[in-house]
Formats: sequence, structure tokens, C-alpha cells
Amino acid sequence: MGFLDIDNVTKSYGAVEVLHRVDIDVQEGEFLVLVGPSGCGKSTLLNMIAGLEDITSGEIKIKDRVMNGVHPSKRNIAMVFQSYALYPNMTVGQNITFGLEMHGTPKAERDKAMTEVAELLQIENLLTRKPGQLSGGQRQRVAMGRALVRDPDVFLFDEPLSNLDAKLRVDMRTEIKKLHQKLGTTIVYVTHDQIEAMTLSTRIAVMYNGYVQQLGTPKEIYDTPSNIFVATFMGSPAMNVLPAKLVELNGAMHVELAAEDGAKHLRIENAPAMYKSYIGKEIRFGIRPEAITDPEGADRNATNIQMLSNTVGVTEPAGADTFVTMSLAGQDCVARMRADADVHAGAAFEFAVNMDKAVLFDPESEARIA
Amino acid sequence: MSVASADNAASAGKAARVFIYLFLLLFALFYLVPLFIMVVNSLKPLAEINAGGMIALPQEWTLEPWLEAWATAQIGVEPTGLRPYFINSIAMAVPAVAISTVLGALNGYVLTKWHFRGATIIFGLLLFSCFIPFQIVLIPMARILGILDIAGTTGGLVLVHVVYGIGFSTLYFRNYYAVFPTELVRAAQIDGAGFFQIFWRIMLPSSGPIIAVCCIWQFTNIWNDFLFGASFAAGDAAPMTVALNNLVNSSTGERPYNVHFAGAIMAAAPTLLVYIVAGRYFVRGLMAGSVKG
Repeated sequence: MGFLDIDNVTKSYGAVEVLHRVDIDVQEGEFLVLVGPSGCGKSTLLNMIAGLEDITSGEIKIKDRVMNGVHPSKRNIAMVFQSYALYPNMTVGQNITFGLEMHGTPKAERDKAMTEVAELLQIENLLTRKPGQLSGGQRQRVAMGRALVRDPDVFLFDEPLSNLDAKLRVDMRTEIKKLHQKLGTTIVYVTHDQIEAMTLSTRIAVMYNGYVQQLGTPKEIYDTPSNIFVATFMGSPAMNVLPAKLVELNGAMHVELAAEDGAKHLRIENAPAMYKSYIGKEIRFGIRPEAITDPEGADRNATNIQMLSNTVGVTEPAGADTFVTMSLAGQDCVARMRADADVHAGAAFEFAVNMDKAVLFDPESEARIA
Repeated sequence: MSVASADNAASAGKAARVFIYLFLLLFALFYLVPLFIMVVNSLKPLAEINAGGMIALPQEWTLEPWLEAWATAQIGVEPTGLRPYFINSIAMAVPAVAISTVLGALNGYVLTKWHFRGATIIFGLLLFSCFIPFQIVLIPMARILGILDIAGTTGGLVLVHVVYGIGFSTLYFRNYYAVFPTELVRAAQIDGAGFFQIFWRIMLPSSGPIIAVCCIWQFTNIWNDFLFGASFAAGDAAPMTVALNNLVNSSTGERPYNVHFAGAIMAAAPTLLVYIVAGRYFVRGLMAGSVKG
């Protein structure tokens, strides 16, 4: 039993089911991020939690109270919208206290709550202004203030940072995280930005095509993605997923990759039992760019570093890192190196592959083999 | 080279500007001449008009025609002037404009923000009322006013104009609210505002420009209406337009053109005033800041 229970919830428009049997338990104080590309159903799910859309089947419970059919204002939730949705005719102060006023809170209490929230968000000097006179970041703060002042059980964020410019977005991201740590509130946060998802969440639900593809901590999602979609959606640059074959050489399992100068073999240690049944078969070999480095830059704690000689295709210095693209198994494969790694386009190079981080996928089902 | 061409562009712009202003001035004059003639002739004694000086300024300025048109001209049985009918028109137009605007705003709000089955069809049907010719509804309307026992009264006229106005006011508000951010309504719902609270506190205060447009349109139409006024409110309840017609048509003997001109200006003045007062809201964007952009 969670604090917020999403129990086998589906959503259909007519005969079309857009959200299939979503089952998530959110604990008190958790920061759950729903992430996925446009049209994956994440906003629909959020709106259903908010009560802005009907639940076709299943149940949503907050604090063990069934919310199906309960009016949004009676669920004790607050929501921050993508467009901020500040009331243009009211001042910042009135915007923040409107919800309290509608719930019949006396004026003195309203003012007190407003002052506290304004102080928390450092918007005291804006209280008498109209939303039209505020910058994007200020509007964002006011929208959060409007949610905070209600002291709700659950906060819902609908892509709150997507209208801000890049720098401000990073700042506000940190601020939301600080706020969560300080207040310990339960948050459900929708975004299409996988970096936001990774940095903010305590748990992530990766959604695609109306299904929750994987639910887990950021580390679980990143290191052991349940399928190829999750593997490539989370992380930037995306995980390399290469067609390969699982073979047995000298009594050890190897990943065999086709290359121009003959097949390359990477040894696997501590293979899960399931790998056995794939020996001799086609698989998809998944490896994150940062697991392919120059030998000096390889992770010292890794137990199984395999060397791979290949020709360097393109180098892209990005300041902190240098991204190296090579051709492997008929595809581009990206490696992430230290900034001062000695790599040159067109030259031969010994790549160090951290096979501890390798994941294998079934080419048919696209699910991770484990 | 670039300096020279910039110079040319500037001087060409100047010539074009002079032409534009002359052109506009010409049209302004064209439209103002009738008003000028009305004003000038309403301020002269009848003898001067009869002497043939329609365009000339008055030799002897007088307010007599205005006073006569307002207070003593023979319109009905009594020599009451236009005053009681002016009041009739106000008593008809103000409530009719207010009610039809509020109902139109409500309709627009419901049609755009509270989706229900058949909303589009209902909107389509409402639009029909914009295109139905007045003459078609005269007899059914007379019957209904008779049943309600408000035939021949100002109240009856208010009803007629409200019914006729809802189509246009709904059209205005529906289109305005269609682009009104729905997230604002959702935010208000989560904040706990009910149907009418959202309407009064969120929607209406953000509707300044469209309220102005709707009021100007409705007021002009209702104030200027002659057919319904003549059909449903003859006699003491007649509106200004009907009274003006009676003034101009019923005088016997010598025609007091100066009084007619003064009466016509009085009949036109309120619509002009409404446009001047509310017109600036046409361009004022009250929505700034609700949504990014």
C-alpha cells in the first residue's frame, strides 16, 4: 500500500485504449518522474491523478482513499502546469491565495501562508505585480508558490521547465530538488527530458505507447534497462545497441561483433544463467558510451575490461569529454573519453570496453536477457 | 552606394506618406460632410435653411431646434418631444445588451471549456439565429409576446433583442474562449473554484476586448433597430428610431428641417458615444502574461 496508489489504471477514448494497465505505488515523500516521448500517455496519467480526466478502469488512491470520480479540488493535490496557468487578471499574491480563498480559508491565515511561501521562493517583492509583468523564471516560481501554499498531499508537475531557456532550466531543476529535500513532499513529475528524470527522481517510470516500460530507481533504469527502448531513451548520448552474436570460445562466453577487419570478440564474465540459451544466436549488444574509453581512462573498479582495436571515425571534443565515433557491426558506435585522450580521426586505436556494464537484448522481443 | 540607396528609400517613404495622409484625409472629409451638414443645419433658424443655404454656416446660431426636438415637438398625441422615447430606447438597449452579452459569454464558456456531446451541433444551431431574416420571426414573435402578455412594452422589446442577440454574442465569445488557455480553467478547478466562480473570477475579467466588441455590436444593432420597435412597441413604448420617424413624417405644413436634423443627431449620438468610450478596448490585449508568449 503506497501513499499514492495507481492500481491497474487504463484510459480509453472510445474504443482506443491509450493507457494500458498502469500499476504504480508511490511512497510518501517519493519523487516519481513519468518520462517518455510525446504521446506516450504520461500527461494523461497525470491528469487522471489530478482528476482532470476520467479513469476508464482501475483505481487511483491517495492515502487509501479512492479518488475515482472525486473532484480535483477535493483530492488535496496541487498542480504546476507547463504554461504556468497564472490568472492574468490577478496579482501574484491573489494568484497564490486563490485556492485558499476558494476553500474558505480566512483572510488572516491566507496572508500568513502567502508570506511564508513568498519567502521560501524569494518572490516577496513580486506579490503586487501582475503575471504579465514577470519573466519566465518568476512566473515559474509563482506557479510553484500557488501549489505550495495549499500544503497538499501530492504535488503534480506537468513539464514545468519546458518553457524556460536552457540555463534557467538547470537552475530551476536544482531548486525543485532542493525544495523536495527540504519539504519532503510526495511529487509526481511529468517530463520528456531524460536528464530531468535522472537528476530529480527517486524513482522513474519510463513510458512508451501507453505502457510503463520500466519502473525503477534512476540507477536501475540506467544500468539495467528492461528493453531496448528504455536503454536508448535514457542517457545522452544514447546507449550503443549493436547487432551481435553470442558465442562460446575456449569455454568462455563472448560477444561476437562483425567488423571490416574480421569478427571481434569481447569476453563476458559472470554471465547470468539465461545467457546459455542464447549461445550461437543473434542478440543485441548494448553498451553505454562511457563504458568505452581509452585504456588509461577505464574504470579502475571494473572487473572485466576487454580491449577492442578499431579505427577511429570522428572525434568530437565537447570540453569535458571527447566523443569518439567508430564503425562497429555495421553501425556507428559512440565512445566517451577523457578530454585529453590521445585519439585521432582515421588512426587505429585500442578501445577499452568495460564489459561489467554490458547488457544483452533479445532481438525479437527487445527485452533485456537476464 | 548603400548610403545613396538608403537616402532614396527615405525620400520615397516620405512621398508615399504624404500621399497616404492626403488620401485618408479625403475619405475622412467624405464621411464627415453629412455630419457637418446635420450639425450646421440643426443650429440655424428654419428661415435660413429655406433660403437655400444648406452648406453655409448659420448666420444666427440658435439652440431652439434642439430644445424643440428634445422637449416640445409633436410626435404622438402629446407634444412631448423625443425625450420619453430616448428614455424608452435606453431602457430597452441597456438591459438587452447586458443580458445578451452575459448569456453569450456563458454560452461561449460552456461550449469551449465544458465539452459535452453535441456541443458543435448546438453551436451550429445558435449560429442560425445570426442569419434568420427579421421578417420571418415577426409573427411568431408577436404571438409569443402576446402569450407572455408583454406585447407593446419595453420589456417585450428587451426579450426580442436578447433572443436575437444571443446568436452573435455566443459566436463572439465562443471564438474568443476557444483560444483561451484551458490550463487556466483546470488550474482553477484544482484550486477549488466552481463553474460560476471560474466564470466570474477567471473568464470574465480576461474578456475585456471581446466584451467591448460584443457590447458595441449589440448596442448599435439594438439601438438602431426599427422593425421590431415599430412592430412590437408602438405608441408610448416606441423606441427612439420609431419616434424619429414619426417626428419626420407626421409634421404638417412647413417642414422644420432644423428640428429633424437635431432629432436625427440625438438618435445617432448614443451609438457614437459607445464606440468612442469602448472602442479603445478593441485593441487592448488583456491576456498578456497568462501564458508564455
